[in-house]
Amino acid sequence: MIDLTLSEVLDRLNNGAVTSVALTQAYLDRIRQADPRVRAFLTLTEELALEQAAAADTRRAAGGSAPLLGVPLALKDVLATRGIQTTAGSRILQGFKPPYNATAVQKLLDAGAVILGKTNTDEFAMGSSTENSGYFTTHNPWDLERVPGGSSGGSAAAVAAGMAAGALGTDTGGSVRQPASLCGVVGLKPGYGRISRYGAFAYASSLDQIGTLSRTARDAALLLNVIAGPDPLDSTSMPIPVPDYTAALDGDVRGLRVGLPREYFTAGIQPEVEAAVRAAVEKLASLGAEVVEISLPHMSYGLPVYYLIATAECSANMARFDGVRYGQREDAGDMWEVYTNTRGHLLGPEVKRRIMLGTYALSAGYYDAYYRKAQEVRTLIREDFDRAFEQVDVIATPATPTTAFKIGEKIGDPLQMYLSDVYTTTVNLAGAAALSLPCGFDGRGLPIGLQLIGPAFEEGRLLRAGDAYQRVTDWHIHRPVVEEPTG
Amino acid sequence: MTLYEPVIGLEVHAEMLTRSKMFCSCAVVDNTEAPPNTATCPVCLGMPGVLPTLNAEAVEMGLRVGLALGCTIPPFNQFARKNYFYPDLPRGYQISQYEYPLAINGFLDIDLPDGGTRRIRVRRAHLEEDTGKLTHTGDGASLVDLNRAGVPLLEIVSEPDLRSAEEAEAYARQLRSILQYLGVNHGDMSRGVLRFEANVSVRPAGSDELRTRTEIKNLNSIRGMVRAIQKEVERQIHLWESGQGVRQATLGWDDDRGQLIIQRTKESASDYRYFPEPDLPLLQISPEHVAEVRQGLPELPAARRDRFCRDLGLNRADAAILTAEQAVADYYEAALAAGGAPQPVANFLIGEIFRLMNADALGRDAIGTIKVTPEALAELLRLAQEGAINLNTAKRVLDILYAEGGDPARIVAERGLAQVTDEDAIRAAVDSVLAENPAEVEAYLAGSEKVAKFLMGQVMRALRGKGQPQAVQEALDEALAARRS
Repeated sequence: MIDLTLSEVLDRLNNGAVTSVALTQAYLDRIRQADPRVRAFLTLTEELALEQAAAADTRRAAGGSAPLLGVPLALKDVLATRGIQTTAGSRILQGFKPPYNATAVQKLLDAGAVILGKTNTDEFAMGSSTENSGYFTTHNPWDLERVPGGSSGGSAAAVAAGMAAGALGTDTGGSVRQPASLCGVVGLKPGYGRISRYGAFAYASSLDQIGTLSRTARDAALLLNVIAGPDPLDSTSMPIPVPDYTAALDGDVRGLRVGLPREYFTAGIQPEVEAAVRAAVEKLASLGAEVVEISLPHMSYGLPVYYLIATAECSANMARFDGVRYGQREDAGDMWEVYTNTRGHLLGPEVKRRIMLGTYALSAGYYDAYYRKAQEVRTLIREDFDRAFEQVDVIATPATPTTAFKIGEKIGDPLQMYLSDVYTTTVNLAGAAALSLPCGFDGRGLPIGLQLIGPAFEEGRLLRAGDAYQRVTDWHIHRPVVEEPTG
Repeated sequence: MTLYEPVIGLEVHAEMLTRSKMFCSCAVVDNTEAPPNTATCPVCLGMPGVLPTLNAEAVEMGLRVGLALGCTIPPFNQFARKNYFYPDLPRGYQISQYEYPLAINGFLDIDLPDGGTRRIRVRRAHLEEDTGKLTHTGDGASLVDLNRAGVPLLEIVSEPDLRSAEEAEAYARQLRSILQYLGVNHGDMSRGVLRFEANVSVRPAGSDELRTRTEIKNLNSIRGMVRAIQKEVERQIHLWESGQGVRQATLGWDDDRGQLIIQRTKESASDYRYFPEPDLPLLQISPEHVAEVRQGLPELPAARRDRFCRDLGLNRADAAILTAEQAVADYYEAALAAGGAPQPVANFLIGEIFRLMNADALGRDAIGTIKVTPEALAELLRLAQEGAINLNTAKRVLDILYAEGGDPARIVAERGLAQVTDEDAIRAAVDSVLAENPAEVEAYLAGSEKVAKFLMGQVMRALRGKGQPQAVQEALDEALAARRS
């Protein structure tokens, strides 16, 4: 049952083949069995989940319906959940229970979803492996010695290991797509403004966007249908209508123009990754898509621009964690010592690194050379995409340059770690939408991800292409075997 | 000895009387009354993940002030984050405006003591949010009240065009008056809804150099601001005169002790690391909307003052006093509408009613709360005008009205205060006074004018103050003349 897709789960719930309570119990059993090894969850909400499931069953029995009624999901721990501990993977928020739900969470609850728990993340979503979590590192279900990617590594691993029918993550520079790729699941980052950011703990406000992790493109469409749309609580959410994303999933990609940007297939890419991505594009071509080589000339500036803008915004966004009003505080002799002790002891090294980088980039005398310049180049990157989308409908690239790396392999070398997001950050800088989906395995049996990029609010186009691809491939059917715990 | 000229610029922070806060739906409450932290929510508490949403009412009010000050409204403006740590600032940054403010390049013509006016340029007016309030307890703890956090503020920045503390005072008072007229701020400084910062430097009079300036923060009253500027000007002149020179610094003002306190010098100046607020889109304001707001502006104090001079024949000084507070001007016009004549009403208002209110330590903007209604004032002056009472009686009746309220005609009737115009009664009083004061009559007949006044007073007294002065004077003159022959 836990190997079903979200769409299949919904069908079975709707036709009475299974109750939400039984389903929820099955996921909880799976979590109990597998999570001690995978360590995807920071907080389990077992009791609440079973209550929600029972309520869903009652509602359905009374003839009620809702888009996700009774479907068990997991939430990245940067999404505010009312009355449920939300730590953002940080020690500084240990025990913090927000008095509000993120808008996306509220929409899931309104749609009848069951919440299994909160998943691990790099601290405040800063990282690409979950190794920056203030609590523990999540393991990749395909190889427990390897990282699941990050920062939404807990959500990706939970879906990959059958511990949830789907999950939400957040994506600032690739934090949904990169772990999806490394864990062999589908990751969708909608266009900036498609989903309300209200209640998503901010890392870099102009780049952050909530996204979905699921088995299939169709599952992503089902989730997006529920959580998309404008929100009066988020002035940057777009006041445009939300289409029915499942309605367009007709398997037809004839005439779809797929761009292959030459800058994304250069040195540093693992050969098996390149081969798998090219093969996937050929598969789309065989279904009637046209493949066009294109150029995104400012791609190489993506990472530096990202690390200036993201860290600048981060340096301000992290300032509220001062121990004064909520979360943990380390008391001291005077006020400034309370600040320095609390932040000094309870924020992790990567968060501090980014605060310092961003503070520097915004400082008097450096602002023009760094922050302002980065914004100017960001405009050039956006224009690259605008031009490309005059030529093609979607852009196909690898989601990540390599498959999952070993735990500990890159944590000592931030620059190497940052390179893991080299194909994903430009999408956030442009505010575009992108989908990562499984397209093969390397020689070690590790999943490879294909990234499809589309204009900001053309998620439907990406889901349609992804769904068409998944109709004729079975990469997403494969399941990792998480060894049974001994004893 | 060099003669020095102060060069002063003012930053005025005005809380705006919106219903809700700048970026959330919390009510704006009276900070001196509401229990701490009752008007707060996750947004103004700076909880993680929450987002600001802009209060349209605050933008409207800001636009009205900008237009009233003759500012240009740029087609778009932008919010920015001003970063610093302090427990009264929940997010660790204040949302303000920096590179692209709401309004730019305006002016305010201030009235000078010599009767002239001077144009003070307004550099900009921008929107921002207030911080919370810290209370330091005796045992070393600090209590944080965030009711005020997120209350909309308009910061109005002048060019350094002011040349004395008195000009700064005139600027502040006139600006405060405009804010009241626009319904943006009620100008009550005891509640901290209007606060000032002053940039001060001095230079040899007649020169146009700009010397090193200091910034005085924490000025919570106009009086305090004036004193602080005077002190700082003296301090700077002394520093130049003694050859030490002025160093750039931020000063605080201790109003209780009347002292300036050096808070930081240039070397330790803060770097606020402003950058555009990514949570709020650019704010676009169309020329049509600007025109609409301009159309809706009320008559402002200067225009009202000029109208009072032109249409009512008041002198400029009286008109300025009557229009400085919107409530006073409204009261005045209500009294005229009730039939009062412009000059007598003005005289009574400025001379008598303000005296009574001063004695009660009531601010002039509280005129709407006194027991003398504008209608009663008009009626009272009508009684005096018609001769039913004399001026002294009118003042006595006003005292009664002020203390108890009521209807002037009724008070006059019930207390028998009506003027005595009956010629026989007056003549009888004159005769008895003259009979009782033969020595004074003698003195008068010998040519003492002084005694005439005494006799007049005695007759009025005999009439218990109610004699119609002219009739009394005539009767007295007549009786004395009869004795002369």
